Amino acid sequence: MEMPIPDADVLARKGRVVSRLQAVLPDGAVIHDQSETRAYECDALTAYKCPPMVAVLPSSTQEVSDVLRICHEEGVPVVPRGSGTSLAGGALPTADCVILGVARMNEVLDTDYENRTIRVQTGRTNLSVTGAVEENGFFYAPDPSSQLACAIAGNIAMNSGGAHCLKYGVTTNNLMGVTMVMMDGEIVEIGGAYMDSAGLDLLGLICGSEGQLGVVTEATLRILPKPEGARPVLMGFDDNEVAGACVSDIIKAGVLPVAIEFMDRPCIEATEAFAKAGYPMCEALLIVEVEGSDAEIDHQLSLIMEIARRHNPVELRESKSAEESAAIWLGRKSAFGAMGQINDYMCLDGTIPVSSLPFVLRRIGEMSEEFGLKVGNVFHAGDGNMHPLILFDANKPGDLELCEAFGAEILKLCVEAGGCLTGEHGVGIEKRDLMSYQYAPDDLEAQMAVKDVFDPQWLLNPAKVFPLSASETRRAVAMAAE
Amino acid sequence: MTPDTEAALAEAIKSASGPLAIEGGGTRGLQPRGERLSVAGLTGISLYEPGALTIVAQAGTPVTAINQALAAENQRLAFEPMDHRKLLNTSGEPTIGGIVAANVSGPRRIQGGAARDYALGVRFVDGTGAIVKNGGRVMKNVTGYDLVKLMSGAHGTLGVLTEVSLKVLPRPETQATLMIRGLDDAQAVRAMAAAMGSPFEITGAAHCANIMEGGPVTVLRVEGFEASVSYRIDRLKDLLADFDAEMTVGDAKMSDWLWQSVRDVELWADVPEDIWRISCKPTDAPALMRRSGAVAWYFDWGGGRIWMRMTQGADLRAALGVFDGHATLVRAAAATRAALPVFHPEAPGVARLSEGLRARFDPRGILNAGLMGPVAREVA
Repeated sequence: MEMPIPDADVLARKGRVVSRLQAVLPDGAVIHDQSETRAYECDALTAYKCPPMVAVLPSSTQEVSDVLRICHEEGVPVVPRGSGTSLAGGALPTADCVILGVARMNEVLDTDYENRTIRVQTGRTNLSVTGAVEENGFFYAPDPSSQLACAIAGNIAMNSGGAHCLKYGVTTNNLMGVTMVMMDGEIVEIGGAYMDSAGLDLLGLICGSEGQLGVVTEATLRILPKPEGARPVLMGFDDNEVAGACVSDIIKAGVLPVAIEFMDRPCIEATEAFAKAGYPMCEALLIVEVEGSDAEIDHQLSLIMEIARRHNPVELRESKSAEESAAIWLGRKSAFGAMGQINDYMCLDGTIPVSSLPFVLRRIGEMSEEFGLKVGNVFHAGDGNMHPLILFDANKPGDLELCEAFGAEILKLCVEAGGCLTGEHGVGIEKRDLMSYQYAPDDLEAQMAVKDVFDPQWLLNPAKVFPLSASETRRAVAMAAE
Repeated sequence: MTPDTEAALAEAIKSASGPLAIEGGGTRGLQPRGERLSVAGLTGISLYEPGALTIVAQAGTPVTAINQALAAENQRLAFEPMDHRKLLNTSGEPTIGGIVAANVSGPRRIQGGAARDYALGVRFVDGTGAIVKNGGRVMKNVTGYDLVKLMSGAHGTLGVLTEVSLKVLPRPETQATLMIRGLDDAQAVRAMAAAMGSPFEITGAAHCANIMEGGPVTVLRVEGFEASVSYRIDRLKDLLADFDAEMTVGDAKMSDWLWQSVRDVELWADVPEDIWRISCKPTDAPALMRRSGAVAWYFDWGGGRIWMRMTQGADLRAALGVFDGHATLVRAAAATRAALPVFHPEAPGVARLSEGLRARFDPRGILNAGLMGPVAREVA
């Protein structure tokens, strides 16, 4: 993966930058020793590593502002970091950057059940937002698989999703307001505990901008009352295409499940060997979950099962209790771990129109043969967000590169099928150079124009999202302007 | 001008020598200055996949055509866009592009989200004539910046929409509305908060203090399968029993009529006052109300949206002072229009960003110039 050449001028001024940062931050909040900066050398895309020049851990919005103002004055690139769980390399440092971690800012600032909002500092983890309100019967809806560890800051940067988006939407649909620090240190308030923006929807623009427009330090989030209950039904089919048609028929029938999860045969086999969830051995397995009171759940599940029966399932298992629900979810929840037992894997994240599911799965199967690498597919079928897991051997020379080439081909296939490169993980560095497959030069130009407005010098997370060749001129101008 | 292709629209913008007034169906009466540029020539549904809950249409496609196509598959636009024609005494056909450009949403906003939450992709022509696409037609998409949100609610000031893709939802089997009599504003907001904080999925929560005959009425809508609707209505009655108020239930037909009139502010079609719309924190609504000096008002969104009738020319924003939210001037006498901006002035930091975006997307300042804030630079 190509990264820009570190700025020698910046590296030469490391001592001055460190002492200026130390002057505005408490003891221990500025990490500059090479043995310690290594802790920040990568995120969850561990194939790529680069220790930053400095890492800072501010404790307040004002401290974030001080850090950014200094970095702005010194012309130092800044890479914001939540919990470092990005699978796309969103928090990958460059050797000349300051990593700005928000991990120390994890307080709940306000919970307001009447208005159904919570205000948090963005270093707080996703699951602990729900943790703060669940005793009162509420939850925070977006639920990325990394929710135990991932921070709200990263969720906002990547517009994170999860398994329950079909009903509850993704981060952008649950974010009401932010406090954001601009690269020059200015603190701005956008949105709040009210709906819709007064003018341009800057909040919608910031969400998903991968830490390139500003550093979000506080967020007002929508919380929702917990449903009375939820129960899944598991169904197995002998054909991917039939499973896809079943998903489409369920949706068309007017039932809106809270989740529809799909696993293919390689994934079912791996999962069974690992978790022994008692899944049927078949080509495609669906887990469909609905919510409501017991009677409402029974009614919806009966409609769903009636549709499923029309597609001749090899297995149809309705959960009648919490234990049975847990058993149905067990395999799905251990799918990634199960694949990891077999080998190293790379998790992709393309989205396709639900209607192209059979075609795309068939093509992935063919490509798997061509590349000689196994693939398991597990994904959110209701919204078309696929997570092909490509197995490879990190110790075998050339295997990572082969795997990446295969991954790129799968993502291009998603775009050709009418979908996109990434449904919830973000572009980061991983898909940066594929952006021109989805977007024409004018499309990318419009996006980069937004960054010009928020961060004219291209100092915030500059080497991400856009192909390096597309952003080169802008980054060069910024460097020359120092 | 009414170009009938995206390319012709791009050419019209490129060769424009002065300000352009961008128009969809012309039903919102915004009347920005400049030569009229209508998207009504760009029509047609290019793709509709009911099983994927997505529809793609040209920006000038009439909303009625969209609604018809969706109804045939028992689906709908879940954000319940308002039809402005009665309130504003305008004619014309609301277009899907206009709905997205203005981020128009109705009572179901509290549960289902706004137009911007359903917008999956856009194509637009910016102020230089460049054709840009963003997003796509899939529900989960974080590929690059979300210009779809930016364009939803930009009222054409950053670019003219030519195509939109939207997420649609199944139309529920039935609906019903619980009507509660006699609550004052503060009690009503508490009752609506209790209902919306329950698991019973309220899709409409409104309160009229002084409009309907028979005193104040608070209304709560539930939608879904027949048995589920009656179950939830019963549970809501239990939940709100402490308010000790008279409660009745409106059936599907009544409920449908009622929420359409809440959505379209129909009752105020013929009154002389200026009409304002406030977005606020729901529990702030009663206090804001008292400060406003309004002639009449009602709460939608559980109090999060207030519709107000103000004496002509009265500056509502000045009366309210600083609050968590914003006020939009929806209908006004000419004199009010001349004195007060349509949109709530933004805080300086935010205003600078908005101006910066306008300057980049519309460097000549020709698209609905001045509608959402100062023009970046004067047209040469």
